[in-house]
Amino acid sequence: MIIKRLPKLKVIGLCLGLFGVNSAIAQDDPFAEYRAMMGDDNPAIFVSEEGADLWQAPNGPKQASFEQCDLGLGPGIVEGAYAQLPRYFADTQQVMDLESRLFYCMETLQGRSPEEARKKPYSSTGDMGTEIEALVTYIAEQSTGMPIALPQQHPLEIAAYEQGKSLFYYRAGPHDFSCATCHRQSDKRIRLQNLPNLTTNEGAGAAYSSWPAYRISQGLVRTMGWRMQSCGRQQRLPELQPGSEAVISLMTFMGVNAKGTEMAAPGLKR
Amino acid sequence: MAGQIRIRAKLEGDVAEVKALMRHPMETGQRKDSAGNKIPAHFITQVIAKMGDKVVLESQWGAAVSQNPFLSFRVKGAKAGDTITVEWLDNKGETDSGEAVVK
Amino acid sequence: MVKHMTRNRRSFLKLAGAAIALSIAPLKLLAEFVRPEKALAATDLDGVFAQLGTPTDSDQIMLESPDIAENGAVVPVGVTSNIPGTSKIYVVIEKNPNPLAAAFAIPEGTEAFVQTRVKVAQTSPIYAVVEAGGKLYKTSRETKVTLGGCGG
Repeated sequence: MIIKRLPKLKVIGLCLGLFGVNSAIAQDDPFAEYRAMMGDDNPAIFVSEEGADLWQAPNGPKQASFEQCDLGLGPGIVEGAYAQLPRYFADTQQVMDLESRLFYCMETLQGRSPEEARKKPYSSTGDMGTEIEALVTYIAEQSTGMPIALPQQHPLEIAAYEQGKSLFYYRAGPHDFSCATCHRQSDKRIRLQNLPNLTTNEGAGAAYSSWPAYRISQGLVRTMGWRMQSCGRQQRLPELQPGSEAVISLMTFMGVNAKGTEMAAPGLKR
Repeated sequence: MAGQIRIRAKLEGDVAEVKALMRHPMETGQRKDSAGNKIPAHFITQVIAKMGDKVVLESQWGAAVSQNPFLSFRVKGAKAGDTITVEWLDNKGETDSGEAVVK
Repeated sequence: MVKHMTRNRRSFLKLAGAAIALSIAPLKLLAEFVRPEKALAATDLDGVFAQLGTPTDSDQIMLESPDIAENGAVVPVGVTSNIPGTSKIYVVIEKNPNPLAAAFAIPEGTEAFVQTRVKVAQTSPIYAVVEAGGKLYKTSRETKVTLGGCGG
Protein backbone atom coordinates (compact mmCIF):
# COMPACT_ATOMS: atom_id res chain seq x y z
CA MET A 1 0.00 0.00 0.00
CA ILE A 2 2.67 2.45 1.01
CA ILE A 3 4.58 1.88 -2.19
CA LYS A 4 1.45 2.40 -4.20
CA ARG A 5 0.50 5.51 -2.35
CA LEU A 6 3.79 7.33 -2.20
CA PRO A 7 3.62 8.57 -5.79
CA LYS A 8 0.24 10.06 -4.97
CA LEU A 9 1.91 12.72 -2.87
CA LYS A 10 2.59 14.63 -6.03
CA VAL A 11 -0.98 14.21 -7.16
CA ILE A 12 -2.27 15.47 -3.84
CA GLY A 13 0.02 18.46 -4.09
CA LEU A 14 -1.43 19.19 -7.48
CA CYS A 15 -4.98 18.86 -6.19
CA LEU A 16 -4.23 21.32 -3.44
CA GLY A 17 -3.01 23.76 -6.03
CA LEU A 18 -6.30 23.42 -7.86
CA PHE A 19 -8.28 23.93 -4.69
CA GLY A 20 -6.30 27.06 -4.02
CA VAL A 21 -5.11 25.92 -0.64
CA ASN A 22 -2.11 27.79 0.66
CA SER A 23 0.69 25.28 0.25
CA ALA A 24 2.60 26.66 3.25
CA ILE A 25 -0.35 25.84 5.49
CA ALA A 26 -0.79 22.47 3.82
CA GLN A 27 2.79 21.62 4.56
CA ASP A 28 2.43 22.63 8.18
CA ASP A 29 -0.70 20.86 9.16
CA PRO A 30 -3.75 21.18 6.96
CA PHE A 31 -5.86 19.58 9.64
CA ALA A 32 -5.04 21.96 12.49
CA GLU A 33 -8.37 23.76 12.06
CA TYR A 34 -10.25 20.46 11.88
CA ARG A 35 -8.58 19.15 15.02
CA ALA A 36 -9.22 22.37 16.89
CA MET A 37 -12.91 22.04 16.06
CA MET A 38 -12.94 18.50 17.39
CA GLY A 39 -11.89 19.90 20.76
CA ASP A 40 -11.31 17.57 23.63
CA ASP A 41 -14.60 15.74 23.42
CA ASN A 42 -13.05 12.34 22.92
CA PRO A 43 -15.34 9.30 22.76
CA ALA A 44 -12.46 7.31 24.27
CA ILE A 45 -13.92 8.36 27.62
CA PHE A 46 -16.52 5.59 27.25
CA VAL A 47 -13.86 3.03 26.47
CA SER A 48 -11.80 4.14 29.45
CA GLU A 49 -14.81 3.72 31.72
CA GLU A 50 -15.41 0.23 30.35
CA GLY A 51 -11.77 -0.52 31.06
CA ALA A 52 -12.12 0.65 34.67
CA ASP A 53 -15.07 -1.71 35.10
CA LEU A 54 -13.18 -4.60 33.48
CA TRP A 55 -10.18 -3.98 35.74
CA GLN A 56 -12.37 -4.51 38.79
CA ALA A 57 -14.64 -7.26 37.47
CA PRO A 58 -14.03 -10.90 38.45
CA ASN A 59 -13.29 -12.93 35.33
CA GLY A 60 -12.01 -16.34 34.21
CA PRO A 61 -12.11 -19.73 35.97
CA LYS A 62 -10.58 -18.21 39.09
CA GLN A 63 -13.14 -15.39 39.14
CA ALA A 64 -10.41 -12.90 39.90
CA SER A 65 -10.21 -9.25 38.86
CA PHE A 66 -7.07 -7.49 37.61
CA GLU A 67 -6.76 -5.63 40.89
CA GLN A 68 -3.76 -7.69 41.95
CA CYS A 69 -2.13 -7.44 38.53
CA ASP A 70 1.38 -6.00 38.79
CA LEU A 71 2.05 -3.57 35.95
CA GLY A 72 5.54 -2.84 37.19
CA LEU A 73 4.88 -0.54 40.13
CA GLY A 74 3.47 -3.22 42.42
CA PRO A 75 0.26 -5.28 42.47
CA GLY A 76 -2.79 -3.20 41.61
CA ILE A 77 -0.91 0.07 41.06
CA VAL A 78 -2.22 1.55 37.83
CA GLU A 79 -1.30 5.20 38.23
CA GLY A 80 1.83 5.99 36.29
CA ALA A 81 2.37 2.39 35.18
CA TYR A 82 1.84 3.00 31.46
CA ALA A 83 4.49 5.74 31.28
CA GLN A 84 7.11 3.18 32.38
CA LEU A 85 6.22 0.34 30.04
CA PRO A 86 7.68 -1.77 28.49
CA ARG A 87 9.92 -2.78 31.41
CA TYR A 88 11.61 -5.85 32.90
CA PHE A 89 9.51 -8.09 35.15
CA ALA A 90 11.31 -10.36 37.58
CA ASP A 91 8.46 -12.90 37.74
CA THR A 92 8.65 -13.70 34.04
CA GLN A 93 12.28 -12.62 33.58
CA GLN A 94 11.20 -10.75 30.47
CA VAL A 95 10.69 -7.24 29.24
CA MET A 96 6.94 -6.84 28.77
CA ASP A 97 4.62 -4.21 27.38
CA LEU A 98 1.16 -3.56 28.79
CA GLU A 99 -0.61 -5.95 26.43
CA SER A 100 1.69 -8.89 27.15
CA ARG A 101 1.42 -8.10 30.86
CA LEU A 102 -2.37 -8.15 30.68
CA PHE A 103 -2.25 -11.52 28.89
CA TYR A 104 -0.01 -12.72 31.72
CA CYS A 105 -2.46 -11.52 34.40
CA MET A 106 -5.39 -13.09 32.53
CA GLU A 107 -3.56 -16.41 32.66
CA THR A 108 -2.02 -16.31 36.13
CA LEU A 109 -4.62 -14.37 38.12
CA GLN A 110 -7.79 -15.24 36.27
CA GLY A 111 -6.84 -18.73 35.14
CA ARG A 112 -7.69 -18.13 31.52
CA SER A 113 -5.92 -20.10 28.80
CA PRO A 114 -3.24 -18.38 26.71
CA GLU A 115 -5.42 -18.96 23.63
CA GLU A 116 -8.47 -17.38 25.22
CA ALA A 117 -6.48 -14.45 26.57
CA ARG A 118 -5.03 -13.70 23.11
CA LYS A 119 -8.13 -14.60 21.14
CA LYS A 120 -9.12 -11.14 19.97
CA PRO A 121 -7.06 -8.27 21.29
CA TYR A 122 -7.99 -5.84 18.50
CA SER A 123 -11.38 -4.94 17.07
CA SER A 124 -12.42 -5.62 13.50
CA THR A 125 -14.64 -3.30 11.46
CA GLY A 126 -18.04 -2.94 13.05
CA ASP A 127 -16.90 -4.12 16.48
CA MET A 128 -17.50 -1.92 19.49
CA GLY A 129 -14.14 -2.60 21.14
CA THR A 130 -12.31 -5.41 22.92
CA GLU A 131 -11.36 -6.15 26.51
CA ILE A 132 -7.69 -5.36 25.80
CA GLU A 133 -8.52 -2.06 24.09
CA ALA A 134 -10.66 -0.99 27.05
CA LEU A 135 -8.12 -2.03 29.67
CA VAL A 136 -5.23 -0.36 27.84
CA THR A 137 -7.26 2.86 27.47
CA TYR A 138 -8.12 2.95 31.16
CA ILE A 139 -4.57 2.13 32.28
CA ALA A 140 -2.91 4.60 29.90
CA GLU A 141 -5.24 7.34 31.07
CA GLN A 142 -3.95 6.83 34.62
CA SER A 143 -0.57 8.10 33.38
CA THR A 144 -1.90 11.36 31.91
CA GLY A 145 0.53 14.22 32.50
CA MET A 146 3.31 11.92 33.67
CA PRO A 147 6.65 11.92 31.87
CA ILE A 148 7.45 8.87 29.78
CA ALA A 149 10.21 7.10 31.71
CA LEU A 150 10.98 3.60 30.51
CA PRO A 151 13.59 2.07 32.81
CA GLN A 152 16.88 1.20 31.13
CA GLN A 153 18.69 -0.45 34.03
CA HIS A 154 18.24 -4.19 33.59
CA PRO A 155 20.42 -5.73 30.87
CA LEU A 156 17.31 -7.08 29.17
CA GLU A 157 15.77 -3.60 29.06
CA ILE A 158 18.92 -2.29 27.38
CA ALA A 159 18.91 -5.29 25.07
CA ALA A 160 15.25 -4.66 24.16
CA TYR A 161 16.13 -1.10 23.17
CA GLU A 162 19.02 -2.28 21.02
CA GLN A 163 16.91 -4.97 19.40
CA GLY A 164 14.12 -2.46 18.78
CA LYS A 165 16.60 -0.13 17.16
CA SER A 166 17.90 -2.80 14.82
CA LEU A 167 14.35 -3.89 13.94
CA PHE A 168 13.44 -0.25 13.28
CA TYR A 169 16.14 -0.03 10.62
CA TYR A 170 15.74 -3.59 9.36
CA ARG A 171 14.53 -3.69 5.76
CA ALA A 172 12.36 -6.66 4.93
CA GLY A 173 9.34 -7.90 3.07
CA PRO A 174 8.50 -7.79 -0.65
CA HIS A 175 8.80 -3.99 -0.67
CA ASP A 176 12.10 -3.95 1.21
CA PHE A 177 10.66 -1.51 3.73
CA SER A 178 11.80 -0.73 7.24
CA CYS A 179 10.06 1.36 9.92
CA ALA A 180 12.78 3.89 9.20
CA THR A 181 11.67 4.23 5.59
CA CYS A 182 8.74 6.33 6.79
CA HIS A 183 9.78 7.34 10.31
CA ARG A 184 13.42 8.40 10.23
CA GLN A 185 13.12 11.87 8.72
CA SER A 186 11.24 14.95 9.82
CA ASP A 187 8.69 16.77 7.66
CA LYS A 188 7.63 13.71 5.70
CA ARG A 189 4.08 12.85 5.01
CA ILE A 190 1.81 10.35 3.34
CA ARG A 191 -0.96 12.11 1.48
CA LEU A 192 -1.72 14.96 3.89
CA GLN A 193 -0.68 13.10 7.02
CA ASN A 194 2.48 14.14 8.77
CA LEU A 195 4.76 11.23 9.62
CA PRO A 196 6.51 11.44 12.96
CA ASN A 197 10.28 11.08 12.99
CA LEU A 198 10.53 8.38 15.64
CA THR A 199 14.29 8.73 15.98
CA THR A 200 13.92 12.15 17.63
CA ASN A 201 12.70 12.90 21.14
CA GLU A 202 10.05 15.24 19.76
CA GLY A 203 8.71 12.82 17.15
CA ALA A 204 8.81 9.73 19.32
CA GLY A 205 7.33 11.72 22.21
CA ALA A 206 4.39 12.98 20.16
CA ALA A 207 3.65 9.46 18.97
CA TYR A 208 4.26 7.55 22.18
CA SER A 209 2.28 9.94 24.38
CA SER A 210 -0.82 9.88 22.17
CA TRP A 211 -1.47 6.13 21.97
CA PRO A 212 -3.86 4.48 22.73
CA ALA A 213 -6.05 6.79 20.66
CA TYR A 214 -9.61 7.03 19.47
CA ARG A 215 -9.43 6.52 15.72
CA ILE A 216 -12.17 8.70 14.29
CA SER A 217 -12.26 6.83 11.00
CA GLN A 218 -12.92 3.56 12.81
CA GLY A 219 -14.95 4.72 15.79
CA LEU A 220 -12.66 2.68 18.01
CA VAL A 221 -9.81 3.08 20.41
CA ARG A 222 -6.64 1.61 18.94
CA THR A 223 -3.58 0.68 20.95
CA MET A 224 0.10 1.22 20.18
CA GLY A 225 0.35 -2.55 19.65
CA TRP A 226 -2.33 -2.34 16.98
CA ARG A 227 -0.58 0.61 15.36
CA MET A 228 2.63 -1.40 15.09
CA GLN A 229 0.83 -4.42 13.72
CA SER A 230 -0.82 -2.18 11.15
CA CYS A 231 2.53 -0.65 10.11
CA GLY A 232 3.91 -4.18 9.74
CA ARG A 233 0.95 -5.17 7.60
CA GLN A 234 1.56 -2.22 5.30
CA GLN A 235 5.19 -3.29 5.01
CA ARG A 236 3.92 -6.76 4.08
CA LEU A 237 5.80 -8.33 6.96
CA PRO A 238 4.61 -11.50 8.67
CA GLU A 239 1.87 -10.39 11.09
CA LEU A 240 3.35 -8.83 14.22
CA GLN A 241 1.76 -10.63 17.15
CA PRO A 242 0.38 -8.58 20.06
CA GLY A 243 2.71 -8.78 23.04
CA SER A 244 5.47 -10.41 20.98
CA GLU A 245 9.17 -9.77 21.47
CA ALA A 246 9.38 -7.84 18.20
CA VAL A 247 6.57 -5.48 19.20
CA ILE A 248 7.94 -5.04 22.73
CA SER A 249 11.42 -4.23 21.39
CA LEU A 250 10.09 -1.67 18.91
CA MET A 251 7.98 -0.09 21.66
CA THR A 252 11.01 0.05 23.93
CA PHE A 253 13.04 1.79 21.22
CA MET A 254 10.26 4.30 20.68
CA GLY A 255 9.47 4.78 24.37
CA VAL A 256 13.10 5.36 25.35
CA ASN A 257 13.43 7.89 22.52
CA ALA A 258 10.29 9.58 23.87
CA LYS A 259 11.77 10.02 27.35
CA GLY A 260 10.37 12.92 29.35
CA THR A 261 7.35 13.64 27.14
CA GLU A 262 4.15 13.90 29.16
CA MET A 263 1.58 11.20 28.49
CA ALA A 264 -1.59 12.53 26.87
CA ALA A 265 -3.49 9.35 26.09
CA PRO A 266 -6.08 8.46 25.06
CA GLY A 267 -5.44 10.60 22.01
CA LEU A 268 -7.85 11.58 19.26
CA LYS A 269 -6.71 10.75 15.75
CA ARG A 270 -8.13 10.95 12.25
CA MET B 1 -26.40 0.60 26.21
CA ALA B 2 -27.71 2.24 29.32
CA GLY B 3 -26.10 5.25 30.89
CA GLN B 4 -23.63 6.04 28.15
CA ILE B 5 -24.12 9.74 27.68
CA ARG B 6 -21.57 12.21 28.99
CA ILE B 7 -22.85 15.72 29.54
CA ARG B 8 -21.13 18.88 30.62
CA ALA B 9 -23.13 22.04 31.27
CA LYS B 10 -21.04 25.13 31.88
CA LEU B 11 -22.58 28.38 33.05
CA GLU B 12 -21.49 31.61 31.36
CA GLY B 13 -23.56 34.51 32.66
CA ASP B 14 -27.09 33.10 32.52
CA VAL B 15 -26.38 30.82 29.57
CA ALA B 16 -25.60 27.15 30.06
CA GLU B 17 -23.35 25.76 27.35
CA VAL B 18 -24.17 22.08 27.10
CA LYS B 19 -21.91 19.51 25.46
CA ALA B 20 -23.12 15.94 25.20
CA LEU B 21 -21.28 12.91 23.91
CA MET B 22 -23.30 9.75 23.28
CA ARG B 23 -22.15 6.17 22.83
CA HIS B 24 -23.79 4.80 19.69
CA PRO B 25 -22.56 2.99 16.55
CA MET B 26 -24.69 5.15 14.16
CA GLU B 27 -24.54 2.46 11.49
CA THR B 28 -25.84 3.67 8.14
CA GLY B 29 -26.70 0.22 6.85
CA GLN B 30 -24.18 0.70 4.02
CA ARG B 31 -21.08 -0.67 5.74
CA LYS B 32 -19.84 -4.23 5.55
CA ASP B 33 -18.18 -6.23 8.31
CA SER B 34 -14.91 -8.12 7.84
CA ALA B 35 -16.86 -11.15 6.53
CA GLY B 36 -18.44 -8.99 3.81
CA ASN B 37 -21.92 -8.96 5.33
CA LYS B 38 -23.85 -5.72 5.45
CA ILE B 39 -24.02 -4.26 8.93
CA PRO B 40 -27.70 -3.41 9.55
CA ALA B 41 -28.68 0.23 9.98
CA HIS B 42 -28.64 1.24 13.63
CA PHE B 43 -28.81 4.92 14.42
CA ILE B 44 -30.28 7.43 16.80
CA THR B 45 -33.43 8.98 15.33
CA GLN B 46 -34.40 11.42 18.05
CA VAL B 47 -32.70 13.36 20.78
CA ILE B 48 -34.41 15.53 23.33
CA ALA B 49 -32.80 17.76 25.92
CA LYS B 50 -34.42 19.31 28.96
CA MET B 51 -33.48 21.73 31.66
CA GLY B 52 -35.52 20.66 34.65
CA ASP B 53 -38.88 19.77 33.05
CA LYS B 54 -38.60 22.20 30.18
CA VAL B 55 -37.70 20.95 26.74
CA VAL B 56 -34.72 23.00 25.55
CA LEU B 57 -33.83 21.17 22.35
CA GLU B 58 -35.47 18.56 20.17
CA SER B 59 -33.83 16.90 17.23
CA GLN B 60 -34.56 14.37 14.52
CA TRP B 61 -31.55 12.66 13.04
CA GLY B 62 -30.68 10.56 10.03
CA ALA B 63 -27.83 8.06 9.88
CA ALA B 64 -25.36 10.75 8.77
CA VAL B 65 -24.72 11.97 12.29
CA SER B 66 -21.31 10.57 13.21
CA GLN B 67 -20.63 7.54 15.33
CA ASN B 68 -20.58 8.33 19.06
CA PRO B 69 -22.51 11.52 18.42
CA PHE B 70 -21.57 14.90 19.80
CA LEU B 71 -24.14 17.61 20.41
CA SER B 72 -23.69 21.09 21.79
CA PHE B 73 -26.29 23.81 22.43
CA ARG B 74 -26.85 26.86 24.69
CA VAL B 75 -29.73 27.42 27.05
CA LYS B 76 -30.63 30.89 28.31
CA GLY B 77 -31.98 31.59 31.79
CA ALA B 78 -29.88 28.87 33.39
CA LYS B 79 -28.45 28.98 36.88
CA ALA B 80 -25.96 26.88 38.78
CA GLY B 81 -27.56 23.72 40.07
CA ASP B 82 -30.09 23.35 37.22
CA THR B 83 -30.30 19.84 35.82
CA ILE B 84 -29.81 19.14 32.13
CA THR B 85 -31.01 15.81 30.78
CA VAL B 86 -30.37 14.38 27.34
CA GLU B 87 -32.27 11.35 26.05
CA TRP B 88 -32.17 9.53 22.77
CA LEU B 89 -34.26 6.96 20.90
CA ASP B 90 -32.85 4.89 18.06
CA ASN B 91 -34.32 3.02 15.07
CA LYS B 92 -34.37 -0.21 17.06
CA GLY B 93 -36.43 1.34 19.84
CA GLU B 94 -33.52 1.45 22.24
CA THR B 95 -33.13 4.48 24.45
CA ASP B 96 -30.57 6.01 26.75
CA SER B 97 -30.43 9.09 28.91
CA GLY B 98 -27.94 11.04 30.93
CA GLU B 99 -27.95 14.13 33.09
CA ALA B 100 -25.63 16.77 34.40
CA VAL B 101 -25.85 19.66 36.81
CA VAL B 102 -25.12 23.14 35.46
CA LYS B 103 -21.88 24.44 36.94
CA MET C 1 -39.74 3.53 6.17
CA VAL C 2 -43.03 4.74 7.64
CA LYS C 3 -43.98 1.21 8.57
CA HIS C 4 -40.57 0.75 10.13
CA MET C 5 -41.03 3.80 12.30
CA THR C 6 -44.47 2.68 13.44
CA ARG C 7 -43.00 -0.51 14.74
CA ASN C 8 -40.23 1.37 16.48
CA ARG C 9 -42.66 3.74 18.06
CA ARG C 10 -44.66 0.84 19.34
CA SER C 11 -41.66 -0.83 20.93
CA PHE C 12 -40.61 2.52 22.24
CA LEU C 13 -44.05 3.06 23.78
CA LYS C 14 -43.75 -0.35 25.34
CA LEU C 15 -40.46 0.72 26.86
CA ALA C 16 -41.99 3.95 28.07
CA GLY C 17 -44.83 1.95 29.58
CA ALA C 18 -42.35 -0.20 31.44
CA ALA C 19 -40.65 2.90 32.72
CA ILE C 20 -43.92 4.23 34.11
CA ALA C 21 -44.63 0.90 35.73
CA LEU C 22 -41.29 1.17 37.50
CA SER C 23 -42.23 4.73 38.45
CA ILE C 24 -39.22 6.13 36.66
CA ALA C 25 -39.93 9.42 34.93
CA PRO C 26 -41.40 8.44 31.55
CA LEU C 27 -39.39 9.35 28.49
CA LYS C 28 -40.93 11.99 26.32
CA LEU C 29 -38.88 11.74 23.21
CA LEU C 30 -41.78 12.27 20.87
CA ALA C 31 -42.68 15.59 22.42
CA GLU C 32 -43.64 18.05 19.71
CA PHE C 33 -41.20 18.03 16.84
CA VAL C 34 -42.65 15.74 14.17
CA ARG C 35 -39.97 13.78 12.37
CA PRO C 36 -39.45 15.23 8.87
CA GLU C 37 -39.52 11.69 7.53
CA LYS C 38 -39.74 12.50 3.83
CA ALA C 39 -37.04 15.15 3.97
CA LEU C 40 -34.72 12.74 5.79
CA ALA C 41 -35.41 10.09 3.15
CA ALA C 42 -34.85 12.43 0.20
CA THR C 43 -31.88 11.46 -1.92
CA ASP C 44 -30.86 14.83 -3.35
CA LEU C 45 -30.85 18.49 -2.40
CA ASP C 46 -33.93 19.30 -4.51
CA GLY C 47 -35.75 16.46 -2.78
CA VAL C 48 -34.92 17.90 0.62
CA PHE C 49 -36.03 21.41 -0.37
CA ALA C 50 -39.17 20.00 -1.99
CA GLN C 51 -40.12 18.74 1.47
CA LEU C 52 -38.87 21.56 3.65
CA GLY C 53 -39.54 24.43 1.27
CA THR C 54 -37.02 26.42 -0.71
CA PRO C 55 -34.78 28.62 1.43
CA THR C 56 -33.44 32.03 0.44
CA ASP C 57 -29.83 33.05 1.05
CA SER C 58 -29.09 34.83 4.29
CA ASP C 59 -25.94 36.41 5.69
CA GLN C 60 -27.42 36.14 9.17
CA ILE C 61 -26.53 32.46 9.48
CA MET C 62 -23.06 31.45 10.61
CA LEU C 63 -21.97 28.01 9.45
CA GLU C 64 -18.82 26.64 10.99
CA SER C 65 -17.11 23.65 9.40
CA PRO C 66 -13.51 22.90 8.52
CA ASP C 67 -12.13 23.70 5.05
CA ILE C 68 -10.52 20.29 4.96
CA ALA C 69 -11.61 17.35 7.07
CA GLU C 70 -9.02 14.78 7.98
CA ASN C 71 -11.77 12.26 7.88
CA GLY C 72 -15.21 12.36 6.32
CA ALA C 73 -16.58 10.06 9.02
CA VAL C 74 -16.54 12.85 11.55
CA VAL C 75 -16.87 16.46 10.41
CA PRO C 76 -17.64 19.06 13.06
CA VAL C 77 -20.47 21.40 12.05
CA GLY C 78 -21.75 24.38 13.98
CA VAL C 79 -24.70 26.61 13.06
CA THR C 80 -25.59 29.95 14.64
CA SER C 81 -28.59 31.93 13.43
CA ASN C 82 -29.01 35.64 14.09
CA ILE C 83 -32.43 35.65 12.44
CA PRO C 84 -35.06 36.62 15.03
CA GLY C 85 -37.60 33.91 15.78
CA THR C 86 -35.40 31.04 14.63
CA SER C 87 -37.31 27.88 15.45
CA LYS C 88 -35.54 25.17 13.45
CA ILE C 89 -32.06 24.44 12.18
CA TYR C 90 -31.32 21.85 9.51
CA VAL C 91 -27.91 20.48 8.56
CA VAL C 92 -27.80 19.37 4.93
CA ILE C 93 -24.84 17.75 3.16
CA GLU C 94 -25.46 18.01 -0.56
CA LYS C 95 -23.46 15.01 -1.77
CA ASN C 96 -24.54 12.53 0.91
CA PRO C 97 -26.87 9.65 -0.07
CA ASN C 98 -29.50 11.32 2.13
CA PRO C 99 -28.53 15.00 2.26
CA LEU C 100 -30.57 15.95 5.34
CA ALA C 101 -28.40 14.82 8.25
CA ALA C 102 -30.15 16.35 11.23
CA ALA C 103 -33.01 18.66 12.13
CA PHE C 104 -33.22 20.64 15.36
CA ALA C 105 -36.21 22.37 16.93
CA ILE C 106 -35.15 25.36 18.99
CA PRO C 107 -37.70 26.36 21.61
CA GLU C 108 -37.85 29.86 23.05
CA GLY C 109 -35.14 30.29 25.66
CA THR C 110 -32.59 28.25 23.75
CA GLU C 111 -30.04 30.10 21.64
CA ALA C 112 -30.28 29.56 17.90
CA PHE C 113 -27.09 27.52 17.93
CA VAL C 114 -26.23 23.86 17.55
CA GLN C 115 -23.00 22.03 17.04
CA THR C 116 -22.64 18.38 16.07
CA ARG C 117 -20.46 16.06 14.01
CA VAL C 118 -21.62 14.52 10.76
CA LYS C 119 -20.48 12.09 8.11
CA VAL C 120 -19.57 13.67 4.80
CA ALA C 121 -19.33 11.02 2.10
CA GLN C 122 -17.27 13.14 -0.30
CA THR C 123 -16.18 16.74 -0.77
CA SER C 124 -19.47 18.58 -0.63
CA PRO C 125 -21.20 21.86 0.07
CA ILE C 126 -22.74 21.82 3.53
CA TYR C 127 -25.93 23.84 4.00
CA ALA C 128 -27.29 25.32 7.18
CA VAL C 129 -31.01 25.84 6.69
CA VAL C 130 -32.89 27.91 9.22
CA GLU C 131 -36.63 28.29 9.74
CA ALA C 132 -37.78 31.55 11.30
CA GLY C 133 -41.25 33.05 11.29
CA GLY C 134 -42.45 30.37 8.89
CA LYS C 135 -39.76 31.21 6.31
CA LEU C 136 -36.65 29.32 5.31
CA TYR C 137 -33.16 30.75 4.98
CA LYS C 138 -29.84 29.17 4.09
CA THR C 139 -26.13 29.57 3.89
CA SER C 140 -23.49 27.10 2.72
CA ARG C 141 -19.81 26.39 2.59
CA GLU C 142 -17.73 23.59 1.19
CA THR C 143 -15.80 21.03 3.22
CA LYS C 144 -13.17 19.02 1.41
CA VAL C 145 -12.85 15.43 2.51
CA THR C 146 -9.50 13.71 2.17
CA LEU C 147 -8.26 10.22 2.76
CA GLY C 148 -6.07 9.84 5.81
CA GLY C 149 -2.43 8.67 5.63
CA CYS C 150 -1.81 4.92 5.81
CA GLY C 151 -5.18 3.26 5.34
CA GLY C 152 -4.95 1.51 8.70
